[in-house]
Amino acid sequence: MQLNHEEKAMLGGEFGPVAKAAIEHQIKVGTFFGATDFVEVSQSHIMADTESLGEAGVKWLEFLAGHSLKDRFVRIPTITDPRGTDFSKAHVLKQTKTMLTLEERAIAAFTKLGVSMTDTCINYQTIMAPILGEHVAFGDTGVVIYSNSVCGARSNFEGGPSALSAGLTGRTPRYGYHQDEHRRPTHRFRVHYTPKTLNEWGSLGGLIGRKSGNYWTVPFVEGLQGIPGSDALKHFGAAMASFGSNALFHLDGITPEARIYGDFGAANLPVVEISEADIRALQDSYRVTNEVDVVVFSAPQLSLIELRDLAAICGGKKFTKPLLAVTSPQVKPDSDRMGYTKSIEDAGGTVFSGMCFYQSYAREIAEANGWKRLVTNSAKMVNILGGYGYVPMLASMEECVDAAVTGRLS
Amino acid sequence: MSTIYHANFGMGDTIEAVCLAASDGFSARYDLDRIHGKFSRPAHKLYGQDYHGKILVLDTAKGGVATAWMLYEMKSRDVYPAGIALNSVNPILVQGAAHAGIPMLAGFAEDITTAITSGKRLRIDPKTKTLICLD
Repeated sequence: MQLNHEEKAMLGGEFGPVAKAAIEHQIKVGTFFGATDFVEVSQSHIMADTESLGEAGVKWLEFLAGHSLKDRFVRIPTITDPRGTDFSKAHVLKQTKTMLTLEERAIAAFTKLGVSMTDTCINYQTIMAPILGEHVAFGDTGVVIYSNSVCGARSNFEGGPSALSAGLTGRTPRYGYHQDEHRRPTHRFRVHYTPKTLNEWGSLGGLIGRKSGNYWTVPFVEGLQGIPGSDALKHFGAAMASFGSNALFHLDGITPEARIYGDFGAANLPVVEISEADIRALQDSYRVTNEVDVVVFSAPQLSLIELRDLAAICGGKKFTKPLLAVTSPQVKPDSDRMGYTKSIEDAGGTVFSGMCFYQSYAREIAEANGWKRLVTNSAKMVNILGGYGYVPMLASMEECVDAAVTGRLS
Repeated sequence: MSTIYHANFGMGDTIEAVCLAASDGFSARYDLDRIHGKFSRPAHKLYGQDYHGKILVLDTAKGGVATAWMLYEMKSRDVYPAGIALNSVNPILVQGAAHAGIPMLAGFAEDITTAITSGKRLRIDPKTKTLICLD
């Protein structure tokens, strides 16, 4: 890779050992992908829950944080994805002291590194949405696909070590979605049904992700009626990234690059037709039982509007099964202030802040609480939780709330 | 007689091990019981198989960003794949392999998951970007 004067100085250790280790890691990754140089980034976002980090990962962070202040501090705004717990409600999940101690250590290390503990996977709704053409280094696949597609920003999936490296160096290798040539559509989909609910948007995203194949494929989607809202595209993109590992999509006449460049030549691609029945079939494929142990709203964290809608449905109900709703530390105070949290918790639910269900030791809390059959309106989550031993089922927000009342999916 | 498969991308040190191969994706979070070292997603074609010390031959990297941390954590407990060979790769697996020091090859001219079957002894040579079937 071609390095400028500053990058050579980092590699030579003039910016300290932490920046040197960071740029060495980035050069390994950049060289693998044939990057010729670095691109400066304006923000970094780190996924680093302690279930993923483990003891080894936390020790590594503590090692970095043990360097002098001038050597260890991030150079650009660097924020975090959800943590593995909400400390104030960890007892509801039956998380152990060991889990919480590891979380505390990770938070202490990140804070020493100058990382802002935002603990959110909806930073594009709550912190600072990137703008068209802005180069960023974002972790969390849902954050990346939304930022690339809906905002028109430029990021690859940056796993924790790479996102932290980007924070420490202020740059990232220029490959993949930082380059124009990778942003053109590779697959074309014609949709004959515009989803109405968030679980349907997730199902459509998951279906397109599954059909398009891998990280390097860019779906161009036509046929949608109207302009979807932010929460709809949040679920659509998160599910697509989860099922297909996609990092970018274009919606005909809707997303910014499709508005600027039209179909990008997608008209020459073969069309894959998607019907309402296809969307229902994906959802129905998870309906293997009617019995429900737990209801979860998470992945991505809920926006204030989702909490408002959930609160309205919960009003006057009494749950017989746990209902867990997860949001960001930025949204939670507003939810409290506006009475949404109270409506949900008066019905027997629990609203968590700053965590994500599947990043919170999902296997261990399932065993501790006897949870196996889980219902959610997040297509992303049903795709993930099978590997954790759950039987996850996908349903609308209303059906999920009803399941919390009756213990059964209708 | 050995058979050689050429990759477009390679990283890490040369290693030899028996492989697990399947036409399926890979995500450490979605697919693995990392404590016990087994594929744990029921729908995965390698469900129930032990992966420790094996070279994984799979189609593509799937899912989220957690794998970037998890490979390092798995290696610290000595329950990790010896190497990874994929038809196509996403940045997360590359970043994770770079962080953990796990050899990796990706981008083959043919579908590597149908060319190689589980149980074969393989050599990953990232410097020459070759995957060699030794059986």
